[in-house]
Amino acid sequence: MPTVSMTVNGKAVKGEVEGRTLLVEFIREHLGLTGTHVGCDTSQCGACVVHVDGKAVKSCSTLAAACDGAAVTTIEGLAKDGKLHPMQESFREHHGLQCGFCTPGMIMSAVDLVKREGKKLDEDTIRHGLEGNICRCTGYQNIVKAVQAGAEKM
Amino acid sequence: MTGTGVGASVKRKEDQRFITGKGQYTDDINLKDQTYAYFVRSPHAHATIKSINTKKAAAMPGVLGVFTGEHVKEDKIGGLICGWAITSKDGSGMKAGPHPILADGKVRYVGDHVAVVVAETKEQAKAAAALVDVKYAPLAHNVDAAKAMSTKAQVHDVAADNRVYNWSIGDEGNTAAAFKNAAHVTKLDIVNNRLIPNAMEPRAAIGSYDTGMEAYTLYTTSQNPHVARLVISAFHGLCPEHKLRVIAPDVGGGFGSKIFIYAEEVVCVWVSKRVGGRPVKWTAERTESFLADAHGRDHVTKAELATDSSGRITGLRVHTTASMGAYLSTFSSCVPTYLYATLLSGQYNIPNIYAEVDAVYTNTAPVDAYRGAGRPEATYVVERLVETAARELKMDPAEFRRKNFVTQFPHQTPVIMCYDAGDYDASLVKAQEMADVKGFAARKAASAKNGKLRGLGYSAYIEACGIAPSAAIGSLGAGVGLWESAEVRVNPVGSVEILTGSHSHGQGHETTFAQLVSDRLGVDFNNVSVVHGDTDKVQFGMGTYGSRSGAVGMHAISKALDKIEAKAKKVAAAVMEASTDDVEFKNGTFTVKGTDKKMAFGEVALAAYVAHKFNSAEIEPGLKESAFHDPANFVFPAGVHICEVEIDPDTGVTEIANYTCVDDFGNLINPMIVEGQVQGGIVQGIGQALAEGCVYDESSGQLLTGSYMDYRMPRAADVPSFNLGFTCTPCPTNPMGMKGCGEAGAIGSPPAVINAVTDALGIREIAMPATPQVVWNAVQGLKKAAE
Repeated sequence: MPTVSMTVNGKAVKGEVEGRTLLVEFIREHLGLTGTHVGCDTSQCGACVVHVDGKAVKSCSTLAAACDGAAVTTIEGLAKDGKLHPMQESFREHHGLQCGFCTPGMIMSAVDLVKREGKKLDEDTIRHGLEGNICRCTGYQNIVKAVQAGAEKM
Repeated sequence: MTGTGVGASVKRKEDQRFITGKGQYTDDINLKDQTYAYFVRSPHAHATIKSINTKKAAAMPGVLGVFTGEHVKEDKIGGLICGWAITSKDGSGMKAGPHPILADGKVRYVGDHVAVVVAETKEQAKAAAALVDVKYAPLAHNVDAAKAMSTKAQVHDVAADNRVYNWSIGDEGNTAAAFKNAAHVTKLDIVNNRLIPNAMEPRAAIGSYDTGMEAYTLYTTSQNPHVARLVISAFHGLCPEHKLRVIAPDVGGGFGSKIFIYAEEVVCVWVSKRVGGRPVKWTAERTESFLADAHGRDHVTKAELATDSSGRITGLRVHTTASMGAYLSTFSSCVPTYLYATLLSGQYNIPNIYAEVDAVYTNTAPVDAYRGAGRPEATYVVERLVETAARELKMDPAEFRRKNFVTQFPHQTPVIMCYDAGDYDASLVKAQEMADVKGFAARKAASAKNGKLRGLGYSAYIEACGIAPSAAIGSLGAGVGLWESAEVRVNPVGSVEILTGSHSHGQGHETTFAQLVSDRLGVDFNNVSVVHGDTDKVQFGMGTYGSRSGAVGMHAISKALDKIEAKAKKVAAAVMEASTDDVEFKNGTFTVKGTDKKMAFGEVALAAYVAHKFNSAEIEPGLKESAFHDPANFVFPAGVHICEVEIDPDTGVTEIANYTCVDDFGNLINPMIVEGQVQGGIVQGIGQALAEGCVYDESSGQLLTGSYMDYRMPRAADVPSFNLGFTCTPCPTNPMGMKGCGEAGAIGSPPAVINAVTDALGIREIAMPATPQVVWNAVQGLKKAAE
């Protein structure tokens, strides 16, 4: 089995994977970082979004082997020095989550959206920017509010 | 209101773990020596199993066992049950076919569970499952509820015409007379489209058998772990209740679909003993969720509304055919009966109602409660009828509703329910103002200038939740009581743990329950924690569904708090050398009337545990109380939705231009959380109205909507932000004065959307989901008719 090395949340990690091992499996099962979720297996729902080399990626449809040498950030790596990322804080502040299952992917996508579109985001940009993330609980309204406010604080 | 008490929009305690990726959902849990299960499922809608050859699969690397219906019989594991017996009009019992946890000679829908492979890894289990050789002889099948009673495809031996029951409610004769004497009758044929719940966390289970303790543990994605334990013990016969611990940790949404006891979780806990006590984990792939989670709705209805010459409603008559799918799921039978037809009076004074329901088997996944369960179907019937009648009578739809509103309470409807409190007009007035209904004509004209069609639709919903008074539902056929339990443990330092039988899977109980306790005991909100979801910690509970955790679950906590207060007063009286009758408790402080003596709640808690200052023969040490609460009535949230749509006739795309919703939930514990529940519910309802629909192919019986590529979930850009408002008539049957809010959004919204779409198009009816294709076809039909 091939060995992959990557940096996950700033830590160098290494592991033996099969060619078919998905990045999400490597993260959840090899590294035990279970904040990244699998909601659909088909890259539709976005619960599995992580950052690979600074870009949002659906880890359920990315091979672990393809990420050899990459820098990966998961939801567990977003808070720095015990301080929540502004986007995490904003989701709590604006009740942007209910059951919490889609939340890690939603937050990782939101952070990526701000990186791409800037800190001043209108509702329409946010709603279209989150088209790859499904939430069944919130009806999106508070997620939009959270992303808008979180973006300004980033 | 600020602060952390009742009525304040307190930020949620549970969020810290969810926003940092520290939530513990079932699939996040890995036990030592864990193995993996993969299910072999039926590719046929209906077939006889000729043979199952497991040899090749069993020989695959890593495989620990392949189990089939034969093993189930060997171990005498009972089948899945339906816990609510419905009696037909002719007095006969409902026709419940067998529902084994692994197929016994027959499969009845695509996705039916046939065999299970247990292996060292998920990949090994899946690879071996593909080699389980099942020989099927396909049988005639039917997926359509409307055809179930005339098809050749007989799903179960016990039901020759596929009819589970033929049930009725209301007075048939009086209702017929009302229609005979009516000045006007409005008739509609209504299909309530079949939906797939789609909680974002797929179902999962880990079963394990401890060979030393000779006891089982089941981690599962459940809304009601105690009920799961009871059923697995009493009906599947796995072991006595005290030998089974069921844990429902963080659960990623339910919407009803995680109430039910499913084959997969029973199989995992059962086969763990078969593989030497090693834990067996199963996590559904999303396609399995589509195939094998219980679906919702799927009603075919003929409905009629009778009115007199002044526009008053004099009668309502309904016939509904409800698909149950291929098997009766845990609570399926009560959905199209007592959760549906008892709400057909809506917010209106309707002297005569008669409803008849045929529940039928089809070769589809089982159908059971999904957010609202029966009440969205009833609301859709009533609010489509009322809107259509108003249009036919050339009356303003709001005025027509107003004229027929119930205004005196309590109000006994002809269909069991007794509404306790409400002010329906107050919500209508407020919603009309917030939605700027007066400005609609100008907005419609502006849309027309841009080549768009604008429409406005109302829905005035009522629902019965806070489910439910046990004796009442027992008399209607329920196999369980629907009380709730609570235990309040005050620690010696004065911090408090609340153990509840309710289960939170997104509702925020850890926050709202703590608000209640903090308010009542004057204890810091951060010093209150909530324990739920583990049968080893909480003695018993009925779980969360039917918007019951506030009105029933919190009422149980409130009762336990009454006992805590009474006991603490005794302790305080002893310490302060006063009579208990003279001790008063307010804002967390005990005082003695007419003196300056006082003790903080924490001091009294410590005194209760130290037990130095009172006679232990008279007052027991400690401060811990429990309560069971059985509600006196359902609670009746009601409100008004006003939806404004703009349709592009060239593409058929419907945009929700404006959406207003005013709810009367009585008193609110946490408005932020309540608004979140409403917003989520409305989007599920908009999903039903415009996007979501479960489709089985008639000729093959295959599920065509088996992934998010085919089943259209509402996404962020499909919906706007909503204007929400509240009115308040406190509920008289609980001390908090609260009603339920979890399902209301999904109940009220579909008819508001469809009434708006039909208004925009100027047509009478349109099918849900009114996708761009459906709307575009309707526009083409109108063009043709105009030619």
